[in-house]
Amino acid sequence: MTTIYEQRPGISRRELLKRGTIGAALIIAGNAVISPDRAWGMETTALKPETMATLIKLARDIYPHDAIADRFYAIAVKGHETKAGTDEAHKTLIEDGIADLDKRAGANGYRGLGWEDDRVAILRDIETTPFFQAVRGDLVVSFYNQKELWPHFGYEGESYSKGGYIARGFDDIEWL
Amino acid sequence: MAAPYDLNDDSVVVIIGSGAGGGTLGNELAQKGIDVVVLESGARHEYEDFINDEWDSFAQLAWLDHRTTGGGWRVAKDFPNLPAWIVKAVGGTTTHWAGASLRFQEHEFKTLSHYGKVEGANLLDWPITLAELEPYYAKAEDKMGVTRTNGIEGLPGNNNFKILKAGADKLGYKECHTGNMAINSADRDDRMSCQQTGFCFQGCKWGAKWSTLYTEIPKGEATGKLEVRPQSHVVKIEHDASGKVNAVVYADKDGKLHSQKARIVAVAGNSIESPRLLLNSASAKFPDGLANSSGQVGKNYMRHTTGSVYAVFEKPVHMYRGTTMAGIIRDEAKHDPSRGFVGGYELETLSLGVPFMAAFLDPGGWGRTFASAMDSYANMAGLWIVGEDMPQEQNAVKLHGELKDQYGMPIPDVWFTDHANDVAMRNHAYQQGQALYEAVGATRSFPTPPYPSTHNLGTNRMSEKASDGVVNKWGQTHDIKNLFVSDGSQFTTGGAENPTLTIVSLAIRQADYIAKEMAAGSI
Ligand SMILES: Cc1cc2nc3c(=O)[nH]c(=O)nc-3n(C[C@H](O)[C@H](O)[C@H](O)COP(=O)(O)OP(=O)(O)OC[C@H]3O[C@@H](n4cnc5c(N)ncnc54)[C@H](O)[C@@H]3O)c2cc1C
Ligand code: SF4
Repeated sequence: MTTIYEQRPGISRRELLKRGTIGAALIIAGNAVISPDRAWGMETTALKPETMATLIKLARDIYPHDAIADRFYAIAVKGHETKAGTDEAHKTLIEDGIADLDKRAGANGYRGLGWEDDRVAILRDIETTPFFQAVRGDLVVSFYNQKELWPHFGYEGESYSKGGYIARGFDDIEWL
Repeated sequence: MAAPYDLNDDSVVVIIGSGAGGGTLGNELAQKGIDVVVLESGARHEYEDFINDEWDSFAQLAWLDHRTTGGGWRVAKDFPNLPAWIVKAVGGTTTHWAGASLRFQEHEFKTLSHYGKVEGANLLDWPITLAELEPYYAKAEDKMGVTRTNGIEGLPGNNNFKILKAGADKLGYKECHTGNMAINSADRDDRMSCQQTGFCFQGCKWGAKWSTLYTEIPKGEATGKLEVRPQSHVVKIEHDASGKVNAVVYADKDGKLHSQKARIVAVAGNSIESPRLLLNSASAKFPDGLANSSGQVGKNYMRHTTGSVYAVFEKPVHMYRGTTMAGIIRDEAKHDPSRGFVGGYELETLSLGVPFMAAFLDPGGWGRTFASAMDSYANMAGLWIVGEDMPQEQNAVKLHGELKDQYGMPIPDVWFTDHANDVAMRNHAYQQGQALYEAVGATRSFPTPPYPSTHNLGTNRMSEKASDGVVNKWGQTHDIKNLFVSDGSQFTTGGAENPTLTIVSLAIRQADYIAKEMAAGSI
């Protein structure tokens, strides 16, 4: 199981500073990826934690919604970690795909490229690869199907239990 | 109560599929006192069980057996295993459908005569006229409770409709209203009125929308003459030495095979499974499959020329609230070759929730262009294009050369490429749709490509001559007298209209014919 948990204790701010990765970047500690504000963390067993951090970045570059927190991208890609645990071929696909991204990005790797445009330029070159297709094809469901995100998009979801919209604004448009 | 029939009872009419065609035919026959067994692949979910969630509902109802697709259409690339979005459940795709119920126009039954020969198209006149079908259209509209017929009021317009209407007025379109919908605008037929929940595609939890699941089927069962056997997937139709069909072999939910004897067999598995079943039933006597002396079984696959236009406005629309498809513009449905194509198209309101919008707005799309479109979801309006597509012989449902299903039967491979006429029509419709929304202030609009096929037609087409098609004007196969086709695969051509009202009308008419021929002892 891959777990995402809130407020990972145990690592002190001092410890984090020592690792030199404070800032907007995701933190790698042991086998975990931790958010910079330490609001959540995610342990990996099948994939390398660095790989998971890059996947999260990649997910945001694929569907960049600036008002949506990293946590939701982490939830969206954690299926790859779970799948990699039982499916060696999938593990290889993801690890090799991420390694390739890092290679293309140069010395500091994919996450080290500061501008989204520079990362996207790399993605445009690999968008037809099985790796990219697998990540994007999964993400379009695992990301947008998160009910917690629907309010961001102004979508109200299930409506039967509320009696439909017959008395809740199905024809409330006023600006026309 | 539902009558259980014996497997060896060879007096029954066996219907394969319980959707628009099969469910209607079953009830109509049962009402006439004829014994009917409906075999249905899918499970029975009553309407309380439907789910107001796009992917969960898809998992509950969609036909997900292995299929492949090829050809020039974009669906082959984006959804290589999902050529069609249709249902495997009691009630068939009438659980998913939106309810738009339109009659064909007179000329659409005679396209070869009206349009003339179109290069690359396999046009043919239907062997019936609008006048012959009109009394059955009237019966179907009454049965289904279609709005704006039989004195039934139209549905109220939702936000998405209001935008469509404002745009239609700006462009000078004259025929725009909230549609002819098989959805109750007031309580009728022991079903309640539409509560504007906006999940028409996920099965109507109120039962306001007509579906054979909770209309035709229970009514038929109440006669004691109809048995519906869910989770009964037919793998083969068998025949006797004389060539008459006499039994069907089906797998139950545990995969165990049974053989149900039959006096008459009616195939209504929708336009991919119906021809597949006929082809998979090949025998020494019929080596090319049943009813296939013309070689047309599986050919001429049509799926309507479709596409969507979504548009973003400065202010909220909330298009997903309310009836999904209660809004139509009919002005472009005429045949007017001056537009650069034959046939016509309808424009109908449409909305998807966030999960499906992400999957279908621009399949494969990503990056800021895509994400910013999704960020504008609340301010979007949407419409769907549905127009007549050209039958083409190479567009076909074929048996896969290698892949087999769990019963050892070849899976269907659906081949489709647009005809130049289809492309010209779609481009015209995109332009009109985008102009319509821009006329009411859209800041951005998207010509969205066709979804996996919801309207599947033509693969066992009706023809005057046995050499041109698979069934005659009654849906009876030219080759085998007691074998019928009762779904949309009978369509000779597709018309611009959503097909279900015509499927239901043909099924009511076919029931009259079957009863008459049975009484006369000719089948
Ligand atoms: C999202 C959506 C919206 C739609 N909206 C509209 C609309 O507004 N207006 C309109 O006119 N049409 C609409 N349609 C199309 C409409 O649903 C179909 O045209 C109609 O249901 C087709 O009827 P049918 O009898 O041919 O097949 P179906 O209704 O699909 O029924 C076929 C049944 O046969 C069963 N079956 C298949 N093979 C076998 C087998 N081997 N053994 C046993 N059972 C089998 C299937 O499980 C299924 O239940 C819509 C479709 C979709 C998906
Ligand atoms: S909008 Fe109306 S018809 Fe559609 S699902 Fe809701 S109640 Fe049923």
